[in-house]
Amino acid sequence: MAREVLSGDYAQSYAAKLARVDVVAAYPITPQTSIVEKLADLVVTGALRAQYIKVESEHSALQACVSASALGARAYTATSSQGLLLMHELLHWASGMRTPVVMGVANRAVAAPWSIDVDHADSMSQRDTGWIQFYAESNQEVLDTVLAAFRLSEDEAVRLPSMVAMDAFYLTHTVEPVDVPEQADVDRFLPPRSKVGTLDPHRPTRLGSFTSPEHYTEFRHAVASASKAAAQLAPTVEEEYARIVGRDLGGPLPRYLTDDADAILVTMGTATTTARSTVDALRAEGRKVGLAKLRRFRPFPSEEVRALGRTGARIGVLDRSFTYGAAGAAATEVMAALYAASPRPLVRSFVAGLGGRDITPALVRSLYRHLLEEEGPEVVWADLKVPPGEATAEALHG
Amino acid sequence: MAKLTIPAEELLRSGHSACPGCGAALAMRYVLKALGPETIVTVPASCWTVIGTPYPTTALDVPMLDNPIEATGASVSGLRAALDALGQKGLTVVGFAGDGGTVDIGLQSLSGMLERGTDAIYVMYDNEAYMNTGIQRSGSTPSLAWTTTTPVGGASRGKLEPKKDIMAIVAAHHPVYAATGNIAFPEDLIKKVAKAKALSGPRFFHVLAPCPPGWRYDAERTIEVGRLATDTHLFPLYEVENDRYRITRRIERPKPVADYLRLQGRFDHLRVEEVASLQEAVEARYRRLLALESASA
Amino acid sequence: MTAGLASPLPPPIDTPLATVPSDTLTTASWRTFRPVIDRGLCTRCNLCWKFCPDIALELDAEGYPVLREAFCKGCGICAVECPPKAIVMEKEV
Repeated sequence: MAREVLSGDYAQSYAAKLARVDVVAAYPITPQTSIVEKLADLVVTGALRAQYIKVESEHSALQACVSASALGARAYTATSSQGLLLMHELLHWASGMRTPVVMGVANRAVAAPWSIDVDHADSMSQRDTGWIQFYAESNQEVLDTVLAAFRLSEDEAVRLPSMVAMDAFYLTHTVEPVDVPEQADVDRFLPPRSKVGTLDPHRPTRLGSFTSPEHYTEFRHAVASASKAAAQLAPTVEEEYARIVGRDLGGPLPRYLTDDADAILVTMGTATTTARSTVDALRAEGRKVGLAKLRRFRPFPSEEVRALGRTGARIGVLDRSFTYGAAGAAATEVMAALYAASPRPLVRSFVAGLGGRDITPALVRSLYRHLLEEEGPEVVWADLKVPPGEATAEALHG
Repeated sequence: MAKLTIPAEELLRSGHSACPGCGAALAMRYVLKALGPETIVTVPASCWTVIGTPYPTTALDVPMLDNPIEATGASVSGLRAALDALGQKGLTVVGFAGDGGTVDIGLQSLSGMLERGTDAIYVMYDNEAYMNTGIQRSGSTPSLAWTTTTPVGGASRGKLEPKKDIMAIVAAHHPVYAATGNIAFPEDLIKKVAKAKALSGPRFFHVLAPCPPGWRYDAERTIEVGRLATDTHLFPLYEVENDRYRITRRIERPKPVADYLRLQGRFDHLRVEEVASLQEAVEARYRRLLALESASA
Repeated sequence: MTAGLASPLPPPIDTPLATVPSDTLTTASWRTFRPVIDRGLCTRCNLCWKFCPDIALELDAEGYPVLREAFCKGCGICAVECPPKAIVMEKEV
């Protein structure tokens, strides 16, 4: 185990290298670019023996990975924002063809208007594509999760693609000490891919195919079952990782000081770090608040959310994206998971941190205060500069 | 008993779902005869998605992968990379796409595949419109042809714009090999595909694939229509090898283009002066081809 | 044919991988006309076999074309292309 100082982008690149990926296909986009630059270096210097396909778009990047994976290759790509949106069609192909591609996602806001800064609208827009989705809080978690994602994705019972998302700039371009596992340990954890269900280059079969109503539903249901299998297998994969590499990944919804809490905030990605320090500060002031980190959004950890609901605390879900006409995407899932709970806890959807706006300790404090003291609306845009309806040019730009 | 002039081996299976008299089915049959069993085919949304027969059946005696309509160039790159990474040698990777999936929506990934030098063969079977969706014009539909989106009536004379010159677009990428082919001349097509198989790098085929329902002629005339396309100089057979042009079927006394047009209902509405304008355009294009051939000799 | 495949694999139930050869299907019902071959006129030039889009003609040991009835769609290319006109299309009854 070597400790290195790595950006989130480089943590992705080194994880792909440790996974001994066979094929990389990627197209540059800020702030993912240094992932693919580093991979190009690793391939050119021979540190990574992989085929690196320089594609002309993200759409082609994922198509190339899906086709390579269909033949049994371990394939990796990375993208962000508009690139992920362009890939959308192929995301469905990847899960439908049961090709366990792993993709790094630098979470970045989507246009219009242009923004290169963090929010989760890009990957949240892909929630119904059959991909497993992880959100990392630190660069260490990025590296560990990419490795675990390969193992989970490639399990014979799963064979679904995974994306490992990380916040633009806060992780992609911020360096942290990262423990890089030994190659031998990774090799033990992540053996070569099983070729089940793939297109054998020597057998005349057709992968993809054209179905009638007689068969289509069953293939969709197979993806649903595989997603369920991923949720069931994930703890085993994490135990294996902990046993071999020595780090606990924490499950899909690691909790912090929730057992006696009156108010719990559910966060994703780097907002978690801010929220955790704020919890410490509030606890020091005698406020009983807690935190749960939504590390895996798909398959959604409904059981773990129900267990969280049994604390009796009020729950606020902080989303860095919005499902227009509804609420934050994670909030709607938490609400749905708790629908049958009795008593049903209060759940509030907080939307903040869009387009790179800072989620500050003061903001997090205001969210806990809102949860504990107000009966207010179900959906709260928590960091709007001016309340809706009162926006004036002066208030916005002044 | 005459000797066979094309390989006996069939890698297209019977039972496929092509329309009677389908040129695209013949294109696949001949291309696979030339390539043999060590071949992987990737097919975008196109007539061939359906011709390949529904799950759980498949019409090819080689592996086939489906890909979305615009991504054939990327799919061949992914397949080649996987074979190289996994040490699988001796396989030919083929993208087999329609004209709309190539000259329109798939042009970007084709360009990418050619530019990055993917070691694969891209075959565009050209039935000159979106035939799988029911005869809508594509960038490869010829001038003045009727389609359902270029109807004839009132002031409309069918498609106004000329056919996109995909061979020129491909040639501008300087691939190791590019050629036209025609299902009416299987020996020429198979010879070229076999030649291309022995090369490495990006290779491209533009194969004319007449379509009875789309071109509005009786299914029995597919070969006749195809033959006239070449023998009128409208669809000359040639190859471009390392930027050198060579015509592979030379017709000293071409037939009038009108002979080709009159067989097809999609040109029924043409006036004498419109036929004459098409004749002129065909001659001008052929002269340019001759000039390219002599300039690169 | 492709090496190593003695019989088709059963399709995996959770992957859209088609494994059954299409010649287990028949397209005979598509046909309105059927080609009738006059061996007396046939010169065994094999053009009919060469141009058949449906691989519905096979050549026997002597080189005569034989119709594979299950697959002929009745397009009539063979009849049009036959130099001695040894094939005529007759309406199915």
